[in-house]
Amino acid sequence: MYPFAYTKPADTRAALTAGARGGRYIAGGTTLVDLMRETVERPGTLVDISDLPLRDVRATARGGLRIGALARMSDVAAHPRVRRAYPVVSQALELSASAQLRNMASIGGNIMQRTRCTYFRDVTAACNKRQRGSGCAALEGYNRAHAILGTSDACVATHPSDLAVALVALDATVHLLSADGERSLPLTEFLLRPGDTPDREHDLRPGELITAVEIPPHPQPVRSGYLKVRDRQSYEFALTSAAVVLNIAGGVIRDARVAAGGVGTVPWRLTAVERRLTGARPSDRLWTEAAAVAADGARPLRHNGFKAELLKRTVERQLRTVGGTR
Amino acid sequence: MTQQARPAAGTPLSRVDGRLKVTGRAAYAAEHDVRGVVHGVIVTSTVGRGRITGVDTRDAVAQRGVLKVISHLNAPKLPYRPFRGVPDPARGERLRIFQDDRVRFFGQPVAVVVAETLEIAQHAASLVKVAYDGERPAIDMSSPAGNPNQPENYQRGNVDQALERAHTRLAQTYRLQREHHNPMEPHATIARWDGDRLTVWDKTQIVLNTRGDLATVFGIPEESVRVISPFVGGAFGSALRAWPHVAIAALAAREVRRPVKVVLTRKQMYTGTGFRPVTEYKLTLGADQRGRLTTAVHDIRAETSAYEDYREALMVQGQMVYATPNVRQTYRSIPLDINTPTYMRGPGAATAAYAIECAMDELAYELGMDPIELRLRNEPDRDPGTGVPFSTRRLRECFRVGSRTVGWDERDPKPRSARDGNWLIGTGVAVATYHTQRAPAQALARLDADGTAIVQCGTSDMGPGTYTSMTQVAADALGLPVPRVRFQLGDSAMPPSPPHGGSMTMASVGSAVQDTCDKLRREAIRLAVQDSGSPLHGASADDVVVQNGRLQLRDDPERGETYRQLLARTNRPHLEARGGYTPGDEVERFSTHAYGAVFAQVAVDERLGLVRIRRVFGVYDAGRIINPKLAESQAIGGIVGGIGMALLEHTVTDPRDGRIVNANMADYLVPVNADVPDVNAVYLNGDDRTADPIGVKGLGEVVIVGVAPAIANAVFHATGRRVRELPITAEALL
Ligand SMILES: Cc1cc2nc3c(=O)[nH]c(=O)nc-3n(C[C@H](O)[C@H](O)[C@H](O)COP(=O)(O)OP(=O)(O)OC[C@H]3O[C@@H](n4cnc5c(N)ncnc54)[C@H](O)[C@@H]3O)c2cc1C
Ligand code: SF4
Repeated sequence: MYPFAYTKPADTRAALTAGARGGRYIAGGTTLVDLMRETVERPGTLVDISDLPLRDVRATARGGLRIGALARMSDVAAHPRVRRAYPVVSQALELSASAQLRNMASIGGNIMQRTRCTYFRDVTAACNKRQRGSGCAALEGYNRAHAILGTSDACVATHPSDLAVALVALDATVHLLSADGERSLPLTEFLLRPGDTPDREHDLRPGELITAVEIPPHPQPVRSGYLKVRDRQSYEFALTSAAVVLNIAGGVIRDARVAAGGVGTVPWRLTAVERRLTGARPSDRLWTEAAAVAADGARPLRHNGFKAELLKRTVERQLRTVGGTR
Repeated sequence: MTQQARPAAGTPLSRVDGRLKVTGRAAYAAEHDVRGVVHGVIVTSTVGRGRITGVDTRDAVAQRGVLKVISHLNAPKLPYRPFRGVPDPARGERLRIFQDDRVRFFGQPVAVVVAETLEIAQHAASLVKVAYDGERPAIDMSSPAGNPNQPENYQRGNVDQALERAHTRLAQTYRLQREHHNPMEPHATIARWDGDRLTVWDKTQIVLNTRGDLATVFGIPEESVRVISPFVGGAFGSALRAWPHVAIAALAAREVRRPVKVVLTRKQMYTGTGFRPVTEYKLTLGADQRGRLTTAVHDIRAETSAYEDYREALMVQGQMVYATPNVRQTYRSIPLDINTPTYMRGPGAATAAYAIECAMDELAYELGMDPIELRLRNEPDRDPGTGVPFSTRRLRECFRVGSRTVGWDERDPKPRSARDGNWLIGTGVAVATYHTQRAPAQALARLDADGTAIVQCGTSDMGPGTYTSMTQVAADALGLPVPRVRFQLGDSAMPPSPPHGGSMTMASVGSAVQDTCDKLRREAIRLAVQDSGSPLHGASADDVVVQNGRLQLRDDPERGETYRQLLARTNRPHLEARGGYTPGDEVERFSTHAYGAVFAQVAVDERLGLVRIRRVFGVYDAGRIINPKLAESQAIGGIVGGIGMALLEHTVTDPRDGRIVNANMADYLVPVNADVPDVNAVYLNGDDRTADPIGVKGLGEVVIVGVAPAIANAVFHATGRRVRELPITAEALL
């Protein structure tokens, strides 16, 4: 670990000042500290934001939900309103990491977590994300866990967050704050695909702080759920996952939102699947037909070719689970 | 002879060291408080083969608190006298630390940074720049790094003829990926020199091996080295050998003239210690139409390093498990640019059982026969390899108890016959065997004036509960209640022990402890009956028993006295005895193995490629059970290990440079609680006095053997698909 300084600002303003000076925010520390130990991350100053008042989970005036960036994963998963209105969120959270980690980890940190690509986490390997232009060891290396969607020749790493998949399905926005003021943007725009610059993972400006994520109101009734497929039953990142949010009224799907995890360089919204669902009547056949396009455009690598088929089946299964059948 | 009652053995005594462990007071290797200790952090190679062309230590040395950076450029030539410890491979040479510029595998130690604090040492180690002239390493058995090693061969009968005449033939290749032990406790060594005497606190399953290794590395007498290792936080075989970091700690300590602590990182444990090797097991079976095996051809290939020819007991089962008149075995080890594999729980046996027991299942289906019935038809009445009788072999009973418990007879043998929602349900069975190993061991027992006893042997307790079970054996032999007996281990100054591995500790050390404590008890009795002041004066020693610390006549318990009274009156601070155990010719005259029948039930979500364990149940014939609670805990651990082997564990190497890509506990998957819902075992009530004086057959290994094939067979039963490679992953089932 490289030496670093540590401050714990008393309020948000002080945190922003420290951030603007180049300090790195640390919330639960569950992933940043690991990366510092591996010397992947070498922040000069850590700005501990864990005591800032950004923990609230509350309904918005418009009927959506605003989750403070420092709310803990475990608290959000257990929140009655989240459980009732957005099972997809609580399920995605509860299928993440371990109970101990969820008790420490924050929502902001979860979205900001970096890829689990093992070459990225091994500073002796070539990695464009860690060091632009150094090459990508995963491309021709062991890439079973890697992405099949949204990849580039520079980087094929997945975004590992489960929560972000659910949030992307729900059209969530990210609220940001800096000395220059507030702004917000959709999570899908906040998280960036690798392209030629895989080291740029998000649109967070220097010193900017995530204050909250917001889920907009959804047409009622809404059903949702998250399915995560992995080798072991618990405590593992997804091979594939599917977040499904459906509004079914009068026997017709009025609104469908489907996103996938474990397969994309960013949480992957499956708009082609959604198009097939919207306006159709739920049936086993529909689930199969809609899921059939889930992996369109996939670029499989040597060890992750199975993910394309697995993704389709994951989506199909979760459509059936959430949408039901006759 | 007296019939000394043995009330402690056989009871489910809780671990005598349990409180120490759960309160954090048990000191593991890295936790010993050694005054003035400084920290060594190892720098490892980042190429898989080649030469070191430069070591730039300027930035590292410039860090405040760095004492020294040692590499082959400045390390002294070390004597490295010949040494082959019991767990060391029979051929080849151990890796020598910092003696030349050659890189033999990715992750090889190339330097060590010593600094005042761990943090400084870690940081400085990351600043050492090593330049290499690297080549592509050979890490795949299909393209070895050098000439193939001499194969090991075995033959009986006429295999070719038998194959030709066989009614049913089956030939399949089974493949097992590399697995690492991944014990909870990292490997660690603290070394301190006092003049030319070396004291080492080490994580080891055999203090004498560490002692021998260090004495020969540094060319000093064994008596000058003391190795201390009272607690081991899991090892599964990984701490049998003295790996390079042990000598590195000692070298660093000598160079900086301070005690040095070296703790391997989790990542370094993947290349700094051994592993269960990748193994390819081709098995050809021939059977007559009644399902009796006529022949078996075992063609085995396993990886080893280019500098040592590691072998494990891959050939034992193929010779003794089924009555097969014609058998041929060939075992080749393939040298690769990797570090040397080593024993991992159930070494050889777990791998061989995977191949043999899956093939038997396949054969049962070919023949349309129940898999248990097929095995029973091939049950030998003598060891088919050696022709000698079995000491005990109760596999039939294991099957009987197991089938009854899991309801095997109600099973529809047809694959894909059971379903539960999205899940296909399957059950499978497999045989487990592990040869009972015994080796000479010695012990020391001392009875103190206060009526308590200390018993010592330089063995280890990596988790099975050696402290506890030895206390039980000692207490019974001494006629003392358990709380008055303390068993000590893990110090090379204590009487010698064989390796704490291969399931031989209970049999060997247990027998030595019993012998020693019997001697001590008899010595006390002799003293009493000869002492005119004793109420037992004049009695025949054979009529005296000791109960609860009181020597008394068996037939007249009123007449007697306590150890304390005896020692006080005869004015002795203590009584001492040394004893031991040496296996005799029973080792050759009988075929002695532990056995088990393992039943697995799995659920397979075929669409998603998921295999989930519903239940694993093992029935074991392991001789006498000294402590049922510990034995059960061993079985649960073994079965969980077997589940990992079947479904999850796989050390992945990048062929381009030999880098292990999943060298951490997030990416190297072991089962978590959710993966092991219903895991249970029973032991047949047994006692095998032919095996050894205390009647045990060893159980630490047999409990992992057979689990993986039972699961693989259950997956077949569930899905109708044979996956002949472990671990069974989603992609294999899609
Ligand atoms: C073994 C293991 C298994 C895991 N498994 C899963 C899993 O299955 N699914 C899953 O989704 N996740 C998983 N995780 C990841 C885990 O969810 C994250 O580590 C956690 O959510 C990070 O939150 P944190 O508060 O600890 O972040 P920190 O470690 O404190 O910070 C992470 C990053 O976010 C930045 N950051 C944090 N808060 C803010 C903010 N408010 N504004 C701007 N930047 C910020 C930090 O600067 C840092 O770069 C796993 C982690 C581990 C260690
Ligand atoms: S996939 Fe991306 S993160 Fe992984 S090695 Fe390649 S560039 Fe680095």
